[in-house]
Amino acid sequence: MKILYCNCTYAKIVPTEVKQSVLRQLSDSGLAFDAVADLCDMSARRDPGLKKIADGGCTKIAACYPRAVKWLFHAGGAPLQDESVTVLNMREDAAVDIVRELVK
Amino acid sequence: MSRTEGKNLRVLLYEGPGSTPLENEARYQALSSLLNNGFEVTRPVEGQQVAPPDDSPLLILGLLKHPPDVAADVEVYVRNLADMSPVDAAREVREETGARALEAWKPWFPVIDFDRCTNCMQCLTFCLFDVYAVDKQQKITVQNQDNCKTDCPACSRVCPEVAILFPKYAKGPINGDVVREQDVQREAMKVDITTLLGGDLYGSLRTRQREARARFSTERDESKALLERKRCLGKLKKSLDIPDEVLMTLPSAEDIEERAARAKAKLAKRQAGSQTVRDSRPAPSDKEWGI
Repeated sequence: MKILYCNCTYAKIVPTEVKQSVLRQLSDSGLAFDAVADLCDMSARRDPGLKKIADGGCTKIAACYPRAVKWLFHAGGAPLQDESVTVLNMREDAAVDIVRELVK
Repeated sequence: MSRTEGKNLRVLLYEGPGSTPLENEARYQALSSLLNNGFEVTRPVEGQQVAPPDDSPLLILGLLKHPPDVAADVEVYVRNLADMSPVDAAREVREETGARALEAWKPWFPVIDFDRCTNCMQCLTFCLFDVYAVDKQQKITVQNQDNCKTDCPACSRVCPEVAILFPKYAKGPINGDVVREQDVQREAMKVDITTLLGGDLYGSLRTRQREARARFSTERDESKALLERKRCLGKLKKSLDIPDEVLMTLPSAEDIEERAARAKAKLAKRQAGSQTVRDSRPAPSDKEWGI
């Protein structure tokens, strides 16, 4: 199982306190994870890193709306395998709920 | 170089054998500052999975007693956090590798939800900035992301299927939130541009321009014409949520007509079974648009 955290660096649309809290708890958790500055930016550049994330099984992604994340990966040339991916929405959900899902 | 080109630097925050583990606060600060400066960061833990390296240069950062052994088929750089801050180390390696720097741009471009898209080409016809094209499979695609006008979601507003997302947009469903039945109905109303502007869009622009010219010639009342233009643009802005900056860069009515004719001809050609894949012409420059 892989964990991906998106910092949404290029825009202030994810509540800062949620982003910071999720990152802090992930950082303290002892779990391995990948953190990217901005998935939108990676998608725009068709960053090969997206494919590395999308490939290889079960992945939990802390980012924004699942529909946006799904099609950002698709637009970036790295479609996600729907059945093996869980997207957690930091724009809408509380940090505590997101972290609970990530560490489960 | 386009703002969407170039490799990012990936930073591996190493705390394995041969290093001193970071304090929790130091690890969080390192992660946060690196991400806020546009770097990608991996925190590996033995026995757990992370994304494998791609072809981006890799920087190994940690409180290192000796350089770790890393088997990776990419450029690897090592810096010791005992000697410098995480961001200074990453910036130094970024300069050395020519990796991409954090840019002052919002990644703003349309993302198509192909579960909803019906390939109606309305977005291609509507967008005045050549953002859309048709791919080899005759499917709508986003071709020139750099041409998209930041904070303008107008094409998603005219999409009858609510299939165009702008993930950085404030409100749903354009931001990727779930599409509800009432969203589809609302967009279906907006898509009727003929109703929106009281007639055919291009005809309407033509008429307004003719009327404005007539007013200039008869009344010489520049202020009335400007007021009329402002009123029309205000209506368009409100209906489609178009930012002021984008309205300021709109091409003239003649340019719009020419663009529409070109798009229609292109579509007709494709529908006739042409093998043409992409418009090989470069996107019109600001000068060509008359901006």
